[in-house]
Amino acid sequence: MLRQIEGSRAVAETVALCRPEVVCAYPISPQTHIIEAIGVMVASGALAPCEFINVESEFAAMSVSIGASAAGARAYTATASQGLLFMIEAVYNAAGLGLPIVMTLANRAIGAPINIWNDHSDAMAVRDAGWIQLFAETNQEAADLHVLAFRLAEELSLPVMVCMDGFILTHAVERVDLPDQAQVDAYLPPYEPRQVLEPDDPVSIGAMVGPEAFEEVRYLAHLRQLDALERIPALATAFEEAFGRPSGGLVSPYRTEDADIVIVALGSVLGTIKDAVDARRDAGDRVGVLGITAFRPFPNDAVREALSGARSVVVVEKAFSIGFGGVLSTDVAMASHDTGCTLRTIVCGLGGRPITSRSLEQAFAAAALDELDSLTFLDLDHEIVERERTRMTTTRRSGPSAENILRDLGTVASRID
Amino acid sequence: MTTQPIHFYQVGSFAVGNRLLDDDGRTVQSDPNRTNSLDSGHRACQGCGEALGARYAIDAAMRASQGRLVAVNATGCLEVFSTPYPETSWRIPWLHSLFGNAPAVATGVAAALKVKGKSDVRVVAQAGDGGTVDIGFGCLSGMFERNDDVLFICYDNEAYMNTGVQRSGATPPAARTATTEAIGSEAGNAFGQGKDLPRIAMAHDIPYVATATVADLHDLEDKVERAMQVHGARYLHILVPCPLGWGSASSDTIRVARLAKETGLFPVFEAVDGKVTGVSPIRHRTPVEEYLSIQGRYAHLFGEHPRTDIIARIQAMADRNITTYGLLAEEPADIDPKGVDV
Amino acid sequence: MERPFAITLDVGSSHANRTGSWRVERPVYVDRLPPCNDACPAGEDIQGWLYQSEPGDYEAAWRQLVEDNPFPAVMGRICYHPCETSCNRVQLDEAVGINAVERFLGDHAIERGWSLPAAGPDSGKRVLVVGAGPAGLSATYHLKRLGHSVSLVDSAPKLGGMMRYGIPAYRLPRAVLDAEIARIVALGVDVVLDHTVDDIRRERDEGGFDAVFLAVGAQLGRRVDIPAGDSSRILDAVSLLHRVADDDPPMLGRRVVVYGGGDTALDAARTARRLGATDAVIVYRRNRDRMPAHGEELEEALDEGITMRWLTTVNSFEDDRLVLEKMRLDDEGFPQPTGEFEDLGADSLILALGQDTDLSLIDEAPNVVVDDGVVEVLPTMMTGESGIFAGGDAVPSPRTATVAIGHGKRAARSIDGYISGEEPDQPGRHELASFDRLNTWYFSDAPRTKRPELERARRQSTFDEVVEGLTEENALFEARRCLSCGNCFECDNCFGVCPDNAVIKLGPSERYKFDYDFCKGCGICATECPCGAIDMIPERI
Repeated sequence: MLRQIEGSRAVAETVALCRPEVVCAYPISPQTHIIEAIGVMVASGALAPCEFINVESEFAAMSVSIGASAAGARAYTATASQGLLFMIEAVYNAAGLGLPIVMTLANRAIGAPINIWNDHSDAMAVRDAGWIQLFAETNQEAADLHVLAFRLAEELSLPVMVCMDGFILTHAVERVDLPDQAQVDAYLPPYEPRQVLEPDDPVSIGAMVGPEAFEEVRYLAHLRQLDALERIPALATAFEEAFGRPSGGLVSPYRTEDADIVIVALGSVLGTIKDAVDARRDAGDRVGVLGITAFRPFPNDAVREALSGARSVVVVEKAFSIGFGGVLSTDVAMASHDTGCTLRTIVCGLGGRPITSRSLEQAFAAAALDELDSLTFLDLDHEIVERERTRMTTTRRSGPSAENILRDLGTVASRID
Repeated sequence: MTTQPIHFYQVGSFAVGNRLLDDDGRTVQSDPNRTNSLDSGHRACQGCGEALGARYAIDAAMRASQGRLVAVNATGCLEVFSTPYPETSWRIPWLHSLFGNAPAVATGVAAALKVKGKSDVRVVAQAGDGGTVDIGFGCLSGMFERNDDVLFICYDNEAYMNTGVQRSGATPPAARTATTEAIGSEAGNAFGQGKDLPRIAMAHDIPYVATATVADLHDLEDKVERAMQVHGARYLHILVPCPLGWGSASSDTIRVARLAKETGLFPVFEAVDGKVTGVSPIRHRTPVEEYLSIQGRYAHLFGEHPRTDIIARIQAMADRNITTYGLLAEEPADIDPKGVDV
Repeated sequence: MERPFAITLDVGSSHANRTGSWRVERPVYVDRLPPCNDACPAGEDIQGWLYQSEPGDYEAAWRQLVEDNPFPAVMGRICYHPCETSCNRVQLDEAVGINAVERFLGDHAIERGWSLPAAGPDSGKRVLVVGAGPAGLSATYHLKRLGHSVSLVDSAPKLGGMMRYGIPAYRLPRAVLDAEIARIVALGVDVVLDHTVDDIRRERDEGGFDAVFLAVGAQLGRRVDIPAGDSSRILDAVSLLHRVADDDPPMLGRRVVVYGGGDTALDAARTARRLGATDAVIVYRRNRDRMPAHGEELEEALDEGITMRWLTTVNSFEDDRLVLEKMRLDDEGFPQPTGEFEDLGADSLILALGQDTDLSLIDEAPNVVVDDGVVEVLPTMMTGESGIFAGGDAVPSPRTATVAIGHGKRAARSIDGYISGEEPDQPGRHELASFDRLNTWYFSDAPRTKRPELERARRQSTFDEVVEGLTEENALFEARRCLSCGNCFECDNCFGVCPDNAVIKLGPSERYKFDYDFCKGCGICATECPCGAIDMIPERI
C-alpha cells in the first residue's frame, strides 16, 4: 500500500510485519523513531507476540538479542554510530556464534568530535565482524531490504545489518509502498534455528576454540558469506516475484553498459550521483553508476563485470580510513585490479556535509578529463585547514582543533554556497 | 533460616546426606541420580571451589525446575574450564557470549522463552565476581531494574582468577593479587574499596537476594530452591574459594569457605524484596586469624613482621558484620541496606 | 539439531578428558579401628552394633553384639566401660553412652525372647570348664558355637560366679542375670553344680576331656591380721556378698565399718546400709585420687549416705571400738603412719582388702605355673601344661567381669585351635581411628543423655536396681551420637564434595568408590570425611 511516510516509520512497520519476537530498544539519534514506532505497535497489541525490552545500553541491546536468538526467537534491534561501537564486542560475538539477528544501522558519523549526522564511518567500523551488510538507496529499499534480511539471515544463520543513511533517509518523508502481512508471511517463513537452547536436546554453545580449530571456524564463516553472494540475487528475484517490484540484489548498475567512467557508491548519495551523471551524459561524457547494495559479502565478480568496459572508476565515499585513504575504494580496487581501470576516490558527506550535484558534476567532469586527483575531499575548505595547521605549528598549546575551526567558521552548521 | 530441623542423626543437617534420612531430608547432591550439570573431565584446578559451587547450584536449580533450565555463562574460569573445544562438561543447555553481558543475554533468553510460550523453562545466568561486580555491572543493574525473570548467580572468588589473579571490585582489603601486590605500607588490596553486590541487589528491590558458601550445602540448595519458586530478578552470591588464587591447600576449599562464614567476614543471609529476612548464624565464632593464616594471599600479614594492625582492621570488619546482620543467633539483625554506612 | 563446528559442543564430550592423569596423590577408603573397639576387653565390635542400632534395627545390633559377648544386659549394668573413656566424642562434647545402649539392647532382647545363635555342628570333642563365672560362661558359649561339647562345673549351687555372688542385686538384678545365663545353657551345656574339683588332671582324664579351661576366679577374701577381741565381729566382704546372694545375710548391726578402697568395699558398704546399718563408713588408707574404686560407684555410694574416712588405717578392734590411725602420703605417694589415733564405734568390721584364688586343684599339675597367687598364661590363655587353659580373676588381669568374658572368648578360640591342630585366625589389627582424623564440624551438637536413677530414699531400703535404663528414644539418640570413627557410615560427603564428580555411589550398604579416571587428587573428600575413613596416599607415577 502506498504511504507518504517517514523513512523510520516505514522501516518500523515493515519490520513489524516480519513478526520479530524480541525487540531491544536503546535510543540514539537518528534511530529513535524506528524503535519508538515499534514500541507503540507492541504496546497496542498490533505487533504480538513480541517482547519489547527497554535495555540499558546498546551493549545490552545486542546481548539481549543474542540470548533471544539463541533461544529460538526472531530478534531485532537498531542503532547507529556510538551505539554500534558500544555494542561492537557483541556484534562480533553474534556473527561468530552464527545467530540470525537483523539490525538497522541508521548510519551516522563517529566522534570525537561528536556529530549526529550521516556518514558511513559506523558501518565501516564493523565491516570485518562477519555481518552481512546491505545498503539502502531509498526509503523503499530500506523497508524492503528488511524483509529480505530476515529471510537471508535465517537461511544462512548469519546476522544481517541494513544500513540506511541517518536523517537523509530515516527522517525523510517519502512515498513508500508498504507490503501487507500476507505478502510478508508468504515470503518469510517462521524462524527455524540451526542451533537452539532447548532442555530436550541440550548443547553447549560458545565454546573456547584454540589454534587447532579457529582458522577452520573463520573459514567456514567466510564460506557462508560467500554463499550469500548466490542467495542474495535469488532472494531478490523471489522478492520481485512476491512483491511486484525489484529490490535488493548485489549491485544496481545505471547506464554502465557503454560507460568509460563508472561512479561507485553506497546508499542514498546514489540518487544525487545519478542526477549528476545524467547531466554529464547530456554533456557528452560516457559515464555510468554502480550502486553497491551488498557491501558484505563484497560482490567481487559483479563489480568486476560492471567495470570491465570502463577505463576509470571513481569511488564516491562517505567514509575514510585516516592515514590511508578511502574504504570502499580499497574493496573496489581489489575487485578491479586486473581490469586496467584507474581508480579515483572522492570523499564527501563526512559528518553530514551536504553533497551537491554541482560539486559532483564538476568532479565527474574533471574525471573525464583525467584531471581528478587520486584522492579528493569534496568541497574542503582549504583556508580553514591552513589556518589551523599554522596555529599548530606556531603554538604548542594551540587548543582543540574542532573548536578552533568552529570559531573560524562562525557557525555550527556547514555553509552552503 | 535453614529449614532443616536437626534430628541428631549423627551428622544432622550438616553433611551431604545420611543413610538414616529420608530423601527429602537429604541434599540434591546425595542423590545418585543428580543431574551432574557440570560433569567430570572439566579443566578446573584441583579443589576448585567454583566447580563445586556451580554443580551445587545448577543441580539444585535443575531439580527445582524439573530439568527445564537454560544456563547463560559469562567469560571466566567457569566458562573456560568447562568448554574448551572439543569438550564440554555441561549436561544442560548452555550459552556463553561475552564477559560483561551474561545478565543481558539471560534477559534475552527469558524473553524468547516467554514469547514462545515456554513458561516452564527457567533461566539461570552465572558469572564470576569480575563479570558481576565490574564489567557486568551495567547489564546486571539493567536486568534487576527491569525485574527480568532470571536467577543470576555470582561465584565470588574475589579476583579475576582466570587471567592470573588480578584484583576485582570484590577483592577484600589486604588481599594480595597480581595487581595489588603485597608491597609497601598498604600491602595488598586497599581498604575502603569494593562493592557489596548483595546489598546493591537489595537496593534494586528485587524479589530475592541471598548469599551462600560452598561449605553449607543444605543452605545453598535451600536458597536455590526458594529462588526458583519466585519469578522476576533474583540474585545469589556464592563464596567459592580458589586454592590457586587464595594460596590455600586444594583440600581446604570447603574449610576456608566455612571459616569465612564463621569469622563473620562473609555474612550468609537472605533478603526478600529488599529487606533481610533471615540469617544463617555463626556456629562457632572464630577470630579472623584462623581464616587469614591458611591463605597465601594474606601471608604478608604474618611471619617475621606481622601486620597485626591490618589484622585488627579486618577483625573490625568481621565484628561489624556480626553486629549489622545479627550473625550470632542471640543478637537481632540491625540491617537497613539503604541506611548502613561502612 | 545441527552442531556448528567447534562453536557448539555435545553433552558428555568432556568424558574424553581423563583428568585423573593430573594426580600426584590419590584418595583411598580405609577402615580404621575405633578406640571403643580397641578398648573393649571383651573384643566387642561396639561401633558395629551401634551402627546397626541407629536405624532401629535392634535385633541386628544385638546379634552383632553377641557374636563376641553373650551378656549385654549384664554388661550394661556392671561393666566399667573403658570404651566410653576412650570414646573420641569425649573430645567433642561427652562420650557416647555406649554402656547405656548395650543395656538397652540386652534388656530388649530379654523382653523379646531372642535366642543366641545355635551351637555349631558337633566336633566330637569335649571341653571341661571349671568355674561358671563370667570367664567360664563366656568360654562355654564360644565353645558351643564352635561345635564342641562342654561340661560346665561349679562348686556353687547356682551358675554365675562373682556376677551372682560378688555383685549385689541392686546393681545386677537376679532376673537379668538368670535370663542371660539360661540362654547359654539352652545351647546344650552339661552343667554340674555343687561340685568342687580338687585335682584337675584326674578330673580331665576321668572325664575324657580334650581340653580344660580353669575359670575358678578369686573367691577368697584376703585377710589381714588385726588385733581383735573375741567378740569383735570381723567378716570379709566376699563372704558377706556371697551370703547375701544366697539369701542368708549375716547380722551386721547398726554401725558398720568397711576397710578397703575398691569396688568391693563400696558394694559391701551399700549392702550393709540395705541390711539395716544406719552408719556405713569406709576406711581407706590412701585418698580419693588413689582409690581403685570406680568414680560412678563412689558417687552412688556417697549419694546413699556412705561416709568416707580417707588416709586412715584400722589399728585394732576391741569389743565395739575400732582404733584408727591417721595416715599421710609421702613424696612417693605411699601412706605413712602419723601416730595420731582416734576411736570409732562399730558393730562390725568388713574387710575388703582384695581377693585370692584357691588353686589347690592344680597342685598335682606342676606344669601349671603359679606366680604371686595367679596362674601364668600365654597370650593364648594356655597355661604351662598343654591343653590346660585359664582365664578370669585366676590369671594376672584387671579383675572385672568384662575382662573375664574376653578371656573366655580368647581361650575358647585357642582351645578350638589346640583341639583341631590349626592355628586360629589372627586378623591383623587396623590402625587406630584417632580424634585428629575426624572432621567434627559435621556432627550435631548433642549432649549425652543421662540415665535416670532411683531416688535415694527408695534406694536405701531395698535391693531394687538403682540405675534405670534408657527409653528406646533415648537409646536411639545415644547410639546416633556415635561418630563412626574410622569407618564409613555413608553420609554422602565424599560423593557430594568432589568438584570433579569422581566419587561413585554404589548404593545403600555398598558405600562408594573413587573414579580414578577423573579424580584430580585435591583431597577435599579426605578433609571433609567426618569419620576419617579416607586417606590420601602418594600416587604411583
